[in-house]
Amino acid sequence: MKVSGFWIGIVLMLAAGFVLAGVADNQFLFFAGYVILQGLIMAVAWNVLGGFTGYVNFGSAGFFAIGAYTAIALHQFAELPLLVLIVIAGIVCGLIGLGTGYLTLRLRGVYFAIATLAMAIVFESLITNWDYVGGSAGAYVITPAEVPFFDSFIEMMFILMLVLSLICVAVSRYLSMSRMGRGLASIRDDETAAECMGVPTLRLKLISTTVMGVMMGVAGAPFPFFVTYINPLSAFDLLIAVNAIAMPMIGGTAVWFGPVIGALLLGTIQQIVTVTISSELNILIVGAVLIAFVALAPRGIVGLFQDFARKRREGGK
Amino acid sequence: MDANGRLLDVQGLTKRFGGFVALNNVSMHLDPRERLGLIGPNGSGKTTMINCISGALFNEEGSVVFRGEEITGLPAFKRAELGISRSFQIPRPFRTMSILENMLVPMEYAAWGRVDHATHEDRAMEILALVGFQDRARENSGNLTQVDLRKLELARALAAQPDVLVSDESMAGLSSSEVDEVLEILFKLNERGVAVIMIEHIMRAVMRYCERIYVLDAGQLIAEGTPEEIQGNPDVERAYLGE
Ligand SMILES: Nc1ncnc2c1ncn2[C@@H]1O[C@H](COP(=O)(O)OP(=O)(O)O)[C@@H](O)[C@H]1O
Ligand SMILES: [Mg+2]
Repeated sequence: MKVSGFWIGIVLMLAAGFVLAGVADNQFLFFAGYVILQGLIMAVAWNVLGGFTGYVNFGSAGFFAIGAYTAIALHQFAELPLLVLIVIAGIVCGLIGLGTGYLTLRLRGVYFAIATLAMAIVFESLITNWDYVGGSAGAYVITPAEVPFFDSFIEMMFILMLVLSLICVAVSRYLSMSRMGRGLASIRDDETAAECMGVPTLRLKLISTTVMGVMMGVAGAPFPFFVTYINPLSAFDLLIAVNAIAMPMIGGTAVWFGPVIGALLLGTIQQIVTVTISSELNILIVGAVLIAFVALAPRGIVGLFQDFARKRREGGK
Repeated sequence: MDANGRLLDVQGLTKRFGGFVALNNVSMHLDPRERLGLIGPNGSGKTTMINCISGALFNEEGSVVFRGEEITGLPAFKRAELGISRSFQIPRPFRTMSILENMLVPMEYAAWGRVDHATHEDRAMEILALVGFQDRARENSGNLTQVDLRKLELARALAAQPDVLVSDESMAGLSSSEVDEVLEILFKLNERGVAVIMIEHIMRAVMRYCERIYVLDAGQLIAEGTPEEIQGNPDVERAYLGE
């Protein structure tokens, strides 16, 4: 079998992560890296449904938070290993994603988007009133001071997030480049025509919403352990939902690497701004960058490059 | 085929939109390898009939039977897999895809179980050559003209490798020589065993192509017969002249 550049890239990214963990002492690097990768998973997840399939989800923070709170609830119940928590949170959010898929039976376009937003709001009020996980007061998590194989807990969390990100990127790439990807794209372009061309639109939409849910749940599950204190406000953070949309839009929604580019770029800018100015500015920055892209480059950075390449080809004769 | 040897059998089909009856107790059938015409004034229910046959809409009453199998409640994608393919009167291309990619959707879905996967691209290119798109396969479908979009509609419907092709006004806007070209394509297709239901306003094409014709008017079937019979039918003339 031919080893593709993609898989070499995945291995290189992983190796780079481990090397960084080995040499770097500055804990902030891992902290910032974790946040960027968390955004990357959310962006990749959002794009499976929003970019490939054409259904805009405004409720990303809801999935993320349910992932986080599933982990917290299980953690309160029994001290399960983090990986188990992540898997269960993925399953729970996958099931919620599946339910979201059934919404697409009746709701298209902006109505679907509003329904997902409403869903997130319902989840938030449920969590706020659930005392077992701390209600509105929130919950604390005590993280181990020492972990095996790693210099620090945060370093381990960073590597964990890197592995999860790479898995999500690989899944998203598979979805977009396989036969299924063409099916999803046909739904995005014209659902009625797709169905009449033999595309099982409902089944594909359910797969799409489920995969999105699983990924967002997986992104959310480690969050309480990363921040050690979680409340509904921080889990259902507006910035999480906005980033999940903005990163793919900025990178480009039509291809799998669009959200990756957008997440790395926007995530890095946000970390720099957080350090040099203030984290309060982040939402303003996303807003401004997003408006600029929607107005000037609706197909994102990938689209800009494609246009540039086409012009060169046509201009170069 | 069912007991009467019919490929497609529509019995007592009624379709309502709210209180409006778009099709009222319409029965029609299609024989294997038949070239069937479906005509009628604008708004008479032709496209609605196609929607009910292809599964894009579900009829309230009546049944649709394909090769002896009841498909009335079957979703559209299943009917496409069974071999019923249609073009859309108002073109519905997959706009973010190239012309070739548009063709690959029905090949990878509707025809997936019936066609060797390795030959998809070659077959798609063959069909594209029929409508004169052989050199434009990589072109984006989002920028095509209306006429080109109609050609793509037809080509994409053919890419599903159908046993029944329903063409909904594929020739509207085409020049006289282009109409002849499309007719040629449809004749060849029919020779290979594909049954065709042609909805068309261009009477010259319908009369030349079809062996049998149904006429709809305001949701009612008002006539059935050979092209000669239909041409001489006073009810049909009245429906068209709007007396
Ligand atoms: N989805 C729909 N909702 C409501 N009315 C419809 C719909 N589709 C068709 N109609 C109505 O049904 C009638 C038949 O339409 P159609 O089948 O498109 O006619 P034709 O194809 O013969 O021109 C028209 O009066 C049209 O307005
Ligand atoms: Mg019509």
